[in-house]
Amino acid sequence: MEVQLRDPKEVMKLSRLGSFHQSKLSFLRSFLREFKNWEYKRDLLELDENGFGIVVYSFRKKKRIYSLICFANKITDQERSDRVIATKWDAAFTLFDGIPTKQDIERLKKNVPKQEVGRMSYKELTLSRANKSVRIFNYVAECLSNGQQPDKNKLAKVGYLYRTTAVYGSGKFGLADRFRIKNREEIYGPFRLEMMLVYLVRQFTFDQVNHIAKSKNPKKAISLDPEISRNLGIGNSTGLGMAPFIVNHPLLLNNWIMAREVALKKIRQIKKINQSDVDLIINCLKSSQKNIENWNTESDYQLSKINHLKKDLDLLIQYFLTRFDYKKEFSYNDLYIWAKKSLGSECLEFMVSVIMEPYEKIVSPLIKTMSADEDIYFTIPVNKTISDLRNILELNYTDILKIDFTQKENNQNFWFISKNKEEPRLANRFKDNGSELEQPLAIGRDICQLYQRISNEKNSLTIGKFLMNNNDLRHVIRRAFITEKFPYAEIQDNTIGSKLMPIDMLRLKLSFFGAVKFDPRSDKWLRICMFQGAPLPNELKTTNDHWVYNSIN
Amino acid sequence: MKSFSEIDTTVKRASKSVGFDWGIAEELGKNIRLLEMFGLPGLKNLNAYFKIYRQKQFQKISLISKINSSNIAYCPIIAGINFLDQITNLEKMDEVGFENMSYPMLFIPFLSRSTEIIGKRIFLNIDGKEFLLNFNQSIYSNFLSGDIIELAKIIKVKFIENKNTFSENEWQELYELSEGTFVEESEQLKKSAAGAGLTDND
Repeated sequence: MEVQLRDPKEVMKLSRLGSFHQSKLSFLRSFLREFKNWEYKRDLLELDENGFGIVVYSFRKKKRIYSLICFANKITDQERSDRVIATKWDAAFTLFDGIPTKQDIERLKKNVPKQEVGRMSYKELTLSRANKSVRIFNYVAECLSNGQQPDKNKLAKVGYLYRTTAVYGSGKFGLADRFRIKNREEIYGPFRLEMMLVYLVRQFTFDQVNHIAKSKNPKKAISLDPEISRNLGIGNSTGLGMAPFIVNHPLLLNNWIMAREVALKKIRQIKKINQSDVDLIINCLKSSQKNIENWNTESDYQLSKINHLKKDLDLLIQYFLTRFDYKKEFSYNDLYIWAKKSLGSECLEFMVSVIMEPYEKIVSPLIKTMSADEDIYFTIPVNKTISDLRNILELNYTDILKIDFTQKENNQNFWFISKNKEEPRLANRFKDNGSELEQPLAIGRDICQLYQRISNEKNSLTIGKFLMNNNDLRHVIRRAFITEKFPYAEIQDNTIGSKLMPIDMLRLKLSFFGAVKFDPRSDKWLRICMFQGAPLPNELKTTNDHWVYNSIN
Repeated sequence: MKSFSEIDTTVKRASKSVGFDWGIAEELGKNIRLLEMFGLPGLKNLNAYFKIYRQKQFQKISLISKINSSNIAYCPIIAGINFLDQITNLEKMDEVGFENMSYPMLFIPFLSRSTEIIGKRIFLNIDGKEFLLNFNQSIYSNFLSGDIIELAKIIKVKFIENKNTFSENEWQELYELSEGTFVEESEQLKKSAAGAGLTDND
């Protein structure tokens, strides 16, 4: 049986993309699978009694070594801020390519804590900083110093000891350009070194809290129970900075979504299903029910989504228990058809994630397709004609072309880069200054303009000739030809309308990272948790890949 | 040292800021990154050009001919964009000339990228400074000073037909040496070693 890939016009709507969940394809999970057989080591721990100083960790295989260098600093409560305008953090980190020398550490000590205003070199691969969840961190340190383990219920409400507020890579602030390392097989999956940094930072938070407790009360202090540690992740605060990324990297976006869609298609095409595979899916769904109960948020928007998810998840489990017949051929396809009719987007996409769990052979080859060399498709095919372009627009932008951008509400927002922090921001075109410096992220509007502009041109006119007088639309002509080859390259929605929920864009990206417990703090930023439930570094070799569904408590 | 990624992003934004459309700004980000990667002074030349870009008038050529001449110096960016967009027609001309172009270093990456599209090398002469553009993989040049070139009086762009740099005789000599790795086959081996059947008529 041949199942078709899902229509991009259905999948690439922002409300749908904002319902995506982590899966076996997620970068933090594929990172752990790739590095599970690497040798992990803590190379240096030089912290004072308050936990300030330097710690170095490494992953090593044959001659390749990656070292995380952590700088823990003293800051006041007033200086602590998750916002990108902050200039000091509890800890700052860089992932170093190889073993750092003393000179490297001295150089980095002066630069890494400064983050955006420091300078990195080609020897450094990623850069990040993090703040303590003060309430939880101090509580855990206090408990341990008194010889007691912290209350799991109290920890479950937060889920981490530290929150990162940015993770940078790919040449930012002088870091190594991607081309220097792109041929290394171990980092073929996207964001792998960013994931390594976050994973090792998590271990740093445990080592630091243990060290502080021990310094406080050397005789009585105990170490944090590994089971409790395992159930703590790393928090992350993410604002709008991440949203334009998915618009600016159409090929990468396509490859992420395509991998997910191909996985779904192949699973729907499975003719004979093993009972053990279905049992695994049901177990994951049941464990998820407990985890969703621990999904804390004050956002009405997210609460409503969680409530729908809970309700639909009950239906889905019931379907598996009462109606799913694994002995019948192509039962996953029947499941999908039922789910599409019966479940909301949040649970439908949750199901798509969970049914991948038993199918390592389907998912694993797709991981390597999720990176992209965007430069390959950068050059516009100028020999194509207006007729070709019109066909592409009418086929790939059908819903976009229906939007009337002369209506104020469809043209309300503009994206700009803040002078303050050189980060993307969103503002109201009719109230705020700066729309003349708008970033090229209003793809829908510009596509409509292009469609209108070519309406009076001859079908046979080449794109090269058309461009002579229409270079103002060059950026969307390039995109249109990319979508011809890559159907999931474009968000099929208005990215500047009054109804835009930017957190949908953030959630799409974060779900591919492998984040859980999305906690929107407004429509423009949210908190998440990464690696919660993940094996500790010394457990990597013996753990299975379904840790993400383990019940937290 | 600035990373190539930083160069790309900053050039793109600067290009938009001086008045180029976003689509052209994107091209310039990639172009300056390319020049810097090949060790040529792209950023320096762009910076110098942008300093005067708003004060002076430049000829913005759209349709490129075999010979292009203007009293007002050509903008190397608009000339480059149109060269890239019209490359399949220009290739047929064998040689294209420009007289009077500002900051011609900025024209080079458009030509380099064109060589990749047409699958032919381009030989470029800018007032005696020579550049061989190799399928956008490398640029070979006798201009290594890293200086800013403010103006080119004469630019010649020559499309080079795909041909080898060596003679047939030189090839034969080397080929004969390579034969030293071959094994002389017995009659039996001729029949059996390839693995195919003895007749192809089955």
